[in-house]
This record gives sequence, C-alpha cells and structure tokens, in this order.
Amino acid sequence: MAAVKRPHMPVMLVANDLLEGDVVFAATEGWTRDPREACIARDDSHAQALESFAADEFRLARIVDPYLVEVTLNAKGHPVPRHYREVLRMLGPSNRLDLGKQADFKF
Amino acid sequence: MYAYDQFDERLVRERVAQFASQVERRLDGSLSDEEFRPLRLKNGLYLQLHAYMLRIAIPYGTLSARQLRQLAHIADVYDRGYGHFTTRQNLQFNWPKLKDVPAILGLLADVEMHCIQTSGNCIRNVTADHFAGVAHDEIEDPRPSAEWIRQWSTLHPEFDWLGRKFKIAVSGAPHDRAVLKAHDIGVQILRDPVTQQIGYQLLVGGGLGRTPMEGKILREFLPREELLGYLEAVLRIYNLEGRRDNKYKARIKILTHEIGIKAFRAKVEEEFARIDSTNFGADLEEFSRIAAQFAPPAYDNLPDVSRKLEVAQAGDEELARFVEHNLYRHKRKGYTAVTISLKAIGQAPGDATSLQMRVIADLAEKYSLNEARVTHMQNIVLPDVRLDDVPEIFAVLRENDLATANVGLITDILCCPGLDYCALATARSIPLAQTLSRHFADPIKQKEIGELSIKMSGCINACGHHHVGNIGILGLEKKGAESYQITIGGDASENFALGELLGPGLPEQNVPEAIDKVLGVYLALRQPGESFIEAYRRLGLAPFKAAFKEVADAVA
Amino acid sequence: MLLLDRRGAKEETFTRIESAGESGGGSILAPFALIEEILAQHGDNRRIGVLVSNNVTADALEPYFDRLALIAVVFPSGTDGRGFSLARQIRRRGFRGILRASGPLFSDQFPQALACGFHEVEIPDANAARQPVEQWLAAANRVSLAYQRTHGAGENILDLRRRARLDGEAKDV
Ligand code: HEM
Ligand code: SF4
Repeated sequence: MAAVKRPHMPVMLVANDLLEGDVVFAATEGWTRDPREACIARDDSHAQALESFAADEFRLARIVDPYLVEVTLNAKGHPVPRHYREVLRMLGPSNRLDLGKQADFKF
Repeated sequence: MYAYDQFDERLVRERVAQFASQVERRLDGSLSDEEFRPLRLKNGLYLQLHAYMLRIAIPYGTLSARQLRQLAHIADVYDRGYGHFTTRQNLQFNWPKLKDVPAILGLLADVEMHCIQTSGNCIRNVTADHFAGVAHDEIEDPRPSAEWIRQWSTLHPEFDWLGRKFKIAVSGAPHDRAVLKAHDIGVQILRDPVTQQIGYQLLVGGGLGRTPMEGKILREFLPREELLGYLEAVLRIYNLEGRRDNKYKARIKILTHEIGIKAFRAKVEEEFARIDSTNFGADLEEFSRIAAQFAPPAYDNLPDVSRKLEVAQAGDEELARFVEHNLYRHKRKGYTAVTISLKAIGQAPGDATSLQMRVIADLAEKYSLNEARVTHMQNIVLPDVRLDDVPEIFAVLRENDLATANVGLITDILCCPGLDYCALATARSIPLAQTLSRHFADPIKQKEIGELSIKMSGCINACGHHHVGNIGILGLEKKGAESYQITIGGDASENFALGELLGPGLPEQNVPEAIDKVLGVYLALRQPGESFIEAYRRLGLAPFKAAFKEVADAVA
Repeated sequence: MLLLDRRGAKEETFTRIESAGESGGGSILAPFALIEEILAQHGDNRRIGVLVSNNVTADALEPYFDRLALIAVVFPSGTDGRGFSLARQIRRRGFRGILRASGPLFSDQFPQALACGFHEVEIPDANAARQPVEQWLAAANRVSLAYQRTHGAGENILDLRRRARLDGEAKDV
C-alpha cells in the first residue's frame, strides 16, 4: 500500500458532534466549538495523538468524521486553515454573517 | 390536494418511530456509523459543512397553508428562522440537531409531511410541473400520477438499496416545466391520438452531475394500468444490472448508455412480461381514489379580464411589471397563477424566512384555495388566484420583500447552496448569485435582455442544474482558489440541451464582465423578438466564445 | 454466524462444503459453481443448497429450482441491494425451497428481506454481537403497513383500503 500522505504541520483536528452536528475541534482537553481553543499539533506524533483521541471518541459515539486540517497561525496565535473550504467551515456561511461560528464567537 | 387517510398517517408515524429508534441504536452502538449513515440519509438527514441538514419532502411541490405554517414553526423552534427551497421541490433546513430530528419529524407528521427518501440510494421525492392542474396547456393534471408513484415508491422494500439515487418527474403538459429529460425516469402524460386514451411516455437515463445525459424514450405509450408494473420492471433491472463498482457510474443513465437503450428496453420488457400484472392492474382503483382528491376546485365564472387589475396597474409601474413577469396563464378565465420570486435582488436564491413562509401561507389561504407550490426554479406559486385579487396580493408581497418582478429573467437565478453550506462543494455559489443579481438589478435592463436563465452549482454534482442553464456556472477549485466555468446554450425545457463551455474558469470577480460580454453579443446580433437561447441556436458558440476570450485572456 | 427467521434464531442444518469431494453430513450447502458435480454426487440422497453471488441471474438458477432445498443469496455488504431483486425474481419464478440472505445485513433491513421473499437471514457474528436476535425481531414490524401489494405477507394498504371501501358500501346498502 502506498504510504498515506501526511499533512503539512501545524494541524488541528476537526469533527462534528454526533448529537448536535456542530463543528468541533480537539482541544487540550476534550472538544471545543471555538477554533481559537483548538489544540495545534506541530509535529506528526502530536497529530497522531489527536487522531487516536478522535478515534476513541468516535467509538464512544461522541463525534463523527474527524480529520486533520492544515493551518497557519495568525498574529494572535489562532489557527487559520490553509484551504478556503476549511476557512469557511471555521467561520460559517459567507452570505450570512449572523450564522455559524463567526456569529457565535464574534471573531 | 391529497389528504392522508388513516393508513398513510399510520405509515408515516411508524416511520418516525423507526427513525427515533435508529438514532437510539446509533447512540448505544447497535448501529455502526457506516450503517447509520445511509439510514439517516434515507430520512433526509445529511451532515453538512457546519451542521446537519434536514431535507423535507414536498411531493410534487404542493403545500397547504397549514403545512407552510408548520414549516415556519419548525424553522423558528428548531432551526435559524429560515429554509431553503430546492430545485427538487424540497425544503432544506440547515441547522437542525440530530437529537431534535425525531421531534421535527413528529411535527411534520402532524401536517401530513415527512422526510422519507429525500436522500440516499433509493427512489426520491417525485416531482412534477408546478403549474399542475392549472396550466392552460395541460393534457392531464400530473399530480394524481405523481402521488400514485409516490405511494408505490414509498418504503418499497426492494428498491431501498439501489446503486445510486433514483429521481422521477411527471409532466402533464407538452411544455416541459419539470425537466423530465434530466431525470432517471421522466413520465410524460399524453393522449393517444387514435384512441384518445390517456397514457404515459417514459423517458429513461437522464441526469446531470458528473456525466450529464439527456433522457431517451423507453416506451412511446404505456397505458395507465401498466405504469407501476412497468416502473417496477425498470427499477428491478436497474437494481440488478446497474454498476456497483464505481459510484460515479452507478446511475441508470450509465447503464442505459453502456448497454444501449435498445438492449435496456428489451430487458425491461422481458421483466415486465413476468410481472404479476393483475396485481398492478387492480391499482387503477387506487388511481381513481387519488385522482378524486385532485378534482378541480369550484371555480367561479369570471370575465376574461379584470378591470380592477387594469386600473391598479395603470397607476403602479411596479405592479405592472409584476403582472407582466410573474403571472402565468390559467386554464380558467379570470384566474391566474402567481409566481412569488424567492430571488429578490441580492438574496440567496430559494431562501425564505419563517415570516415570509407565514405571509405566503396567509396569501394561499386567503386568495389561492389554500394552496402553494414550490417550483424547481426555487420560487413559490400561488396557483389559483383571481386576477381581481392580484393588486392586494402584490401589496402584501411588496411589504415582505417578495414582490420582485423577475420570473424567467436574468436575476431569477437558480443556485445550489455551494460551499457556504455543502460539504461536497468545490466553490461557493450563493455569493456569486448575489453579485450577479445586483449586477443585473435594473428592471429595464432585465427586460431588455428578456427571458434568460442563469443556473449555478458549487461542484460537478450539478444540484444547481448548471448544464441546463441558458448560462450555466460551475464553481470549481483551480490552483487552490475558487474558479467559475461558464457554459451557454443549456435548456431545461422540452427543447432540452446541455450547455457548452465558453473557455477556462474565471475568478469570481470576473464573472459579471464575462457575462456582460456574452450578452453584448446577443444584444448586438439578435433578431427582433429572439430570446437568448434562440439566438444562441442560430449563431452557435463561436461569437460568444470570441467575446468571452477577451475577458479570459485579460485574466490569464 | 447467526441464522434467524421471523420467529427467531434457528439451528443451521446445512453443512458448508467448498468442493464436491467433501461429503459433509446431512444437508449440504455448496457454491453455485459446483452445482452440477454436487447434484451428480449427492443429488439423490441429500438436501442440497447453493450459495449464489448477487450477480447470478434468475435464468441461471431456474433450471435447478426443483432439486434445490435452499438458495442462499450472498450480500457482499448491507448497502448492495441486488440480492433483494434477485430474491424477488427467484420467488416469482416459482422456487419453493428456502431462500436465505447471507451477509452483513443490518436489522433495519430484516423487514425488507422478508418482504422480498427471503425466509431467513444469516449474519456474521460480529454483526450479531451488535444486533442480537431481539433487535431483528423488533425491526421486523416497526412499520406495519406497506403500499406494495406485490411484496411481503404483511398488510398492504391497497387491500386495506379496498376492504374499507367494500365495508363502507356494504353498510350503505
Ligand atoms: C446540501 C447538500 C447536498 C448534497 C450533499 C447533494 C449531493 C448531490 C450529489 C452527490 C449529486 C450527484 C448525483 C449523481 O450525479 O449521481 C447531486 C445531484 C443533484 N442534486 Fe444535490 N446535493 C445537495 C443539495 C441539493 C440541493 C440544495 C438541491 C436543489 C437546489 C439538489 C438537487 C439536486 C439535483 C437537481 C441534482 C442533479 C440531478 C441529478 O442528476 O440527479 N441537491 N446532489
Ligand atoms: S452541486 Fe455540489 S455544491 Fe452544490 S449542493 Fe450539490 S453537491 Fe453541494
């Protein structure tokens, strides 16, 4: 099997809460809905630890669809995804600034 | 309108309980995520970019005032106060929580609604001409046939695990307003010229998506009593022989394309010959029972023209424009079908707030025999309006940002949710639709351009029908950024055509000027009375392509 | 493997064999590819069943109907529904033996399997561990009505409506 392509560091881990559907990020402890509190992995072993945490949480029926998102850090040290899809996912619908995380967290 | 009897009601209630049990069993680990996913999809529940999304079936687009109010109520209590009407005459809520879905389904069941088979690899919600029952050019109201098919296909035990989704649309008029040729099965009601008997022409293998194809004639004429048996044979052959090795090749269009329509027809006819037709033949009783519920309402005998409306129009330019663009000729004198545009300038196409839903519900109740229709163009129709009442309706619409007079014009843009909501999207579509809507806002300019459809999708799945837009826009990713490919010449009507590509994809900000160029060619070269699509057919792609190239070259 | 029908778990009475040389004991269940050999060797004194993949046609099976006690249609996954249509064809063409669905179906598919003409379902142990027999039986009747007259033995709405109509007319007289 071809080696799975590992993401470019740093990364954060994103998933959906199973019961609510909200986008959640792996935090230092548990999950957060606020991307600014997302745990940032700067090396592969940390990234793998996030993935194995997510795999456990998936088995416990708490979250679904976990995956790593490549980010850069802005001046405040907050993660900004490299891909525009993940930026939109972190913010909310761009035509409705009153909805999504951009509204919930006023960033 | 079709009203549930005790059996319809019981089935839907039991389905709600079944879904609730599925959720419980997902949470306690009895169902794996892999098993639960298709089960939730079969009940219209997706997991989207930001949240779950619930798709509610509006069979053949028909809604009562009470149903619309219930949708508004659900939007307020369980969602964010709005909903999105789709190209398949459904309604989508973008923010429900899984834990609330059983309660939402219960509220829907209270008003004879459900989410059954609004997604998943099964027979989807049956759609029909939104002017069903009122169109002046109609051979027969398609709704009884559509409802008959809906019941037959609902929880059909054999066809719940098909290779891919299966979409059926029905039209009862020669002018196709239901995009039959882009459906897995298109059902065209027609009258046998010799016997005068009503029957069906079946089209098969149409579809958009990655490999767009035009439906082909499977059966020239099918007597009514054979419809369901024949559909059963088609579905069985598809279920058995459709490809399962590649989900992009699993639609029936690929099967009919690969083996050829003749071979496919032979297989279906052979299976049909083995089907127990006595069972299906007996269903004609059922057809009559359903048809009785769609009997024409008691219309009044009214004069052809409304003096009241004429006078009101004379003093109100906006009303006059509304009458010109948003009214459709009714089969009865003195009546009209009013299209309420969900495409106000700068709005997200197809979105309606709960308040707007209530306003429309009130209008339907007061002025349209309690009925509203969702169109595949993402607008709402009040089908049975007296011409006399149009000024009052218009006044209410105007107060609620629902009076935009643009039906069939360039700002009546059809648009999927794109990357603002959809997890599969490669680019956003709503913001570009809003930009174009503002760009062409001027009503005089719109009228000058005339009949023209812009249809836009945020990825190749083509939920926004871009292949059949006179101007089609497809959002893709190019070098890590959003990019938009433009096609022209698509046609969703009985003159079905797929659009042709103008050139390379453009960044969002260059799309309006590119469309301006295309329109420039049209406006310069058109003959009197010629619509954009007619001009395109006469002129071909070349002059448009050349004009487009100026923009593309400047960008590149 | 868990074998069950609408009454509950069942004892497996067939022995699976992989080649005609194996004799097994009692009734035998063999791959369909071996049917000619198996019939030649054991056809006279054993009950014979075949395991068929879901792309075998009903045409291919039909000539053997009279000599088979069991046809087990393999479901490679729960989401591959070809077996449902195959079952329907096999029953419609007059197979009188036992029709079995074999593979990782899940309990919500039990009523569908029954309605399409399967008598019994055989699922891998791992699936049965998550979804024990009770869940299968509970799933069988969660939706107690069907719009399809042609499928299943349960109540169909068309006949219920007809009966209600006739009752109504009878009362009117
Ligand atoms: C938001 C979540 C949605 C998802 C995940 C989704 C997914 C898909 C996919 C995968 C296809 C391609 C199917 C194929 O080619 O086999 C498709 C086609 C289609 N969808 Fe959607 N869709 C979504 C929303 C919508 C909406 C909002 C509409 C209506 C505005 C819609 C209407 C359609 C239509 C009309 C087609 C093309 C016709 C066809 O070939 O079936 N979908 N969708
Ligand atoms: S066309 Fe693509 S982006 Fe648009 S709704 Fe469909 S799947 Fe999503």
